[in-house]
Amino acid sequence: MAYMSEGAAGLRSVPALLKRNAESFADRPAYREKEFGIWQSWSWAETQEEIEAFALGLINLGVARGDHIAVIGRNRPTLYWSMVAAQMAGAVPVPLYQDAVADEMDYVLKHCGARFVIAADQEQVDKVIEIQPGLHQFEHMIYVDPRGMRKYDHRALHDYAHVQAQGRAARDELIGELEARRSALGYDDTCVMLYTSGTTGKPKGVVLSNRNIIETAKASSEFDHLTPGEEVLAYLPMAWVGDFIFSIGQAYWNGFCVNCPESAETMMTDLREIAPSYYFAPPRVFETQLTQIMIRMEDAGAVKRKLFHHFLGHAKVVGPKILDGRPVGMMERLKYALGEFMVYGPLKNTLGFSRVRVGYTAGEAIGPEIFDFYRALGINLKQLYGQTEASVFITQQPDNEVRPDTVGVPSPGVEIRIAESGEVFYRSPGVFVEYYKNAESTAGTKDAEGWVATGDAGFIEEATGHLRIIDRAKDVGKMADGALFAPKYVENKLKFYPNILEAVVFGNGRDRCTAFINIDLTAVGNWAERNNIAYASYQELAGHPKVLDAIQSHVEEVNASVAQDEMLSGCQIHRFLVLHKELDADDGELTRTRKVRRNIIAEKYADLVTALYDGSESIYTETEVTYEDGRKGRIRATLAIRDAQVVPVAPMRVAAE
Amino acid sequence: MMDGSGLSISGKDERQGAVKDASKDGGYVTEDGRQIGGVLMELRNITLKFGGVVAIKDISFDIREGEIRAIIGPNGAGKSSMLNIISGFYTPSEGELWYKGAKRPPMKPYEVARLGVARTFQNIALFEGMTVLDNVMTGRLTHMKAGIASQALWWGKARDEEIANREIVEKVIDFLEIQSIRKTPVGRLPYGLKKRVELARALAAEPSLLLLDEPMAGMNVEEKEDMSRFILDVNDEFGTTICLIEHDMGVVMDLSDRVVVMDYGKKIGDGPPGEVRSNQDVIDAYLGVAH
Repeated sequence: MAYMSEGAAGLRSVPALLKRNAESFADRPAYREKEFGIWQSWSWAETQEEIEAFALGLINLGVARGDHIAVIGRNRPTLYWSMVAAQMAGAVPVPLYQDAVADEMDYVLKHCGARFVIAADQEQVDKVIEIQPGLHQFEHMIYVDPRGMRKYDHRALHDYAHVQAQGRAARDELIGELEARRSALGYDDTCVMLYTSGTTGKPKGVVLSNRNIIETAKASSEFDHLTPGEEVLAYLPMAWVGDFIFSIGQAYWNGFCVNCPESAETMMTDLREIAPSYYFAPPRVFETQLTQIMIRMEDAGAVKRKLFHHFLGHAKVVGPKILDGRPVGMMERLKYALGEFMVYGPLKNTLGFSRVRVGYTAGEAIGPEIFDFYRALGINLKQLYGQTEASVFITQQPDNEVRPDTVGVPSPGVEIRIAESGEVFYRSPGVFVEYYKNAESTAGTKDAEGWVATGDAGFIEEATGHLRIIDRAKDVGKMADGALFAPKYVENKLKFYPNILEAVVFGNGRDRCTAFINIDLTAVGNWAERNNIAYASYQELAGHPKVLDAIQSHVEEVNASVAQDEMLSGCQIHRFLVLHKELDADDGELTRTRKVRRNIIAEKYADLVTALYDGSESIYTETEVTYEDGRKGRIRATLAIRDAQVVPVAPMRVAAE
Repeated sequence: MMDGSGLSISGKDERQGAVKDASKDGGYVTEDGRQIGGVLMELRNITLKFGGVVAIKDISFDIREGEIRAIIGPNGAGKSSMLNIISGFYTPSEGELWYKGAKRPPMKPYEVARLGVARTFQNIALFEGMTVLDNVMTGRLTHMKAGIASQALWWGKARDEEIANREIVEKVIDFLEIQSIRKTPVGRLPYGLKKRVELARALAAEPSLLLLDEPMAGMNVEEKEDMSRFILDVNDEFGTTICLIEHDMGVVMDLSDRVVVMDYGKKIGDGPPGEVRSNQDVIDAYLGVAH
């Protein structure tokens, strides 16, 4: 590739890539954002001008080299520009999760000692103002959307447009300084600092260098043959490493266009309008979409419904084969083509997947059934396995070698080693520099030779060289009888059912497995409506006997499926209950990326776990909940506990059950 | 992006209804430091009769440039009738309306609308089968002048007009955060959102006086908070004068700069919320008195 040599020829920072793009792709679109109902776009040349002007404005405000600049808000071009402008001015951008509550923000802002904060709107500004008294290094805040900000004290608060205008005005005076800072950016200087969502403990600031980001972007772009013509939709949190790699690393390396949705609520419409060619989504997004499709098909007319199910059945058999280029009969192909015309094509168009050439999912294991559904439609959905500490990529699936149960082969430049304990270790050019101000954790994660512990247990398949991840290394346990306990494996099977949003399986060190279930309000609510079941609240619906019946049948089906896997047949669920509230990141039960925090849940609902094991039929409980605005309240409920049928495990097959 | 300095939605410099010389007329400064201008509309000795029933009896008050003016009172006090007089639905039996310094002759509602008065209704009056966007576009009707033929062919003037008006409508949609339902038929929306669409339609007319008839009726607490926020933002960002009727006392006291209290068709109080709250007549009207 031509790019390879350029890496050595001075493309050693994101601003350097920007400069190249502004010259090579001057008139091609770099950013689009839907606003006022229209897609507004900026070319690479315009982008460079915008970013430079803002970088000059930042220097004008007093940004010094090495300063940390926090960036908070939803995906908008202005905020991406802010990050690159910060780099240009020699500072380090620190994107924060926009839905973080003030306390969480307080920790991060204190830890990185941010002197400047760039906030999207009034909501984010308010949060920072709330914690401002405790932030000693904080000096100036810049906001993008001026709405509602008229009456604020503007001594340390600046409008983004004004900062930019001042930068333009002071161009002649400051451009020399900006040039000096930009050309001084080295390959090993910090590119970005990202805080990990922290499944356990306080978030850690992962320092990634220009080398990490650019090498990773280069290797992964070559792996998937990305071109300057790709279209991506930037909708995942800006504080997440994946978004940084896709929307900045790869976008600047290849020079493709990043599209920003109008608002979080219009994401689906915007996705459809843009029809990205390169798409990334966590399993949850695919799950939600599948749930919605299934609900809408239930409401469709009988003919359409029959047609849908018939062709979907066919697609599940031949779709993945066609995608992988394996032999398929002529008639089968013809039927698939007819299905493409009648069902798959329109469906993909509605979902915004018509042009997806490369699609990835990661972050959590995806249910095989969900994965197969999208592959069956002819969408090249693949899995990758990654971490913030690796600048995302550890392993990924090459085209034509896609399977739901593996996470692929090591990405280019990555070495993998499996430890005695089964834990996966890796080493690559993308490996992070350090945890900011936390030498102890750095040493605990990365050894002297650069090997990093993933915290996940897995093994490499002999035949294919693909990595298979079983579970979090610390979650994989043993049951009382010594059988393997892999909760996530069972949870993922449960979560495939549209009615089940979340599941938490217990059983480590115990004689049998039990589970908490969260219903999916959309799916179950729709079902209740069609069956004339009245309910006033989430809690009432979750406790309805008919809902429990439905969930019980799902659990039993999962048990039957789990029983087929010899290693894991001990993980069948003997008893379960349906929780009276949705597990929520605001209550600390999920991480911000919506991963279950198993230990916290077990601790918080200790009474319920006890009830699952002591044989009681129902349990009264009180739970503290945190509302979106930070207030707290309590909810009370009496939950029914159900016994689920389990498949007896060989060799002692009992006739009567 | 919303232009922070522009006072009208389309970004025109002058406020449409600005009274030429506010200082002469003597405005006042609100508790939160906003400068309120001169009189925008004045009602002088208004009486409204339906046959033998006297709905409104000899009421006078004024609405000033840039303020949020509330009309409150128990059921049947004549609040909605008052609003209907301002918007031209009813013609007062006696009394005079002065608007922007001139006496307003009896008018049809559409003529009043052209003068820059827009309203929302107590019972939502939207076109249920039309999309949110189309409904809000109807708010621009008074600003469209192209002929039928031109509009039917979507050619020339009609096309330019529609594009210009759509831009203003999109700014309103952005302002009220209803982008995600832009293309949804109104009939499919929940009540709280319909109320917001109605506000959008009224705002799209770029009114100098916005009349809101019970904007929070039937809403839950969260919807009320949202709506209050929007009303304050409209007043703050566009400088729109707002006159509203509301039952929720908490909302009225928090939102409004001055309050008119009516009871049995008479005015029993007028002034800032704090003053009205301690007015004995008002307390009696709301809590009842022993006879």
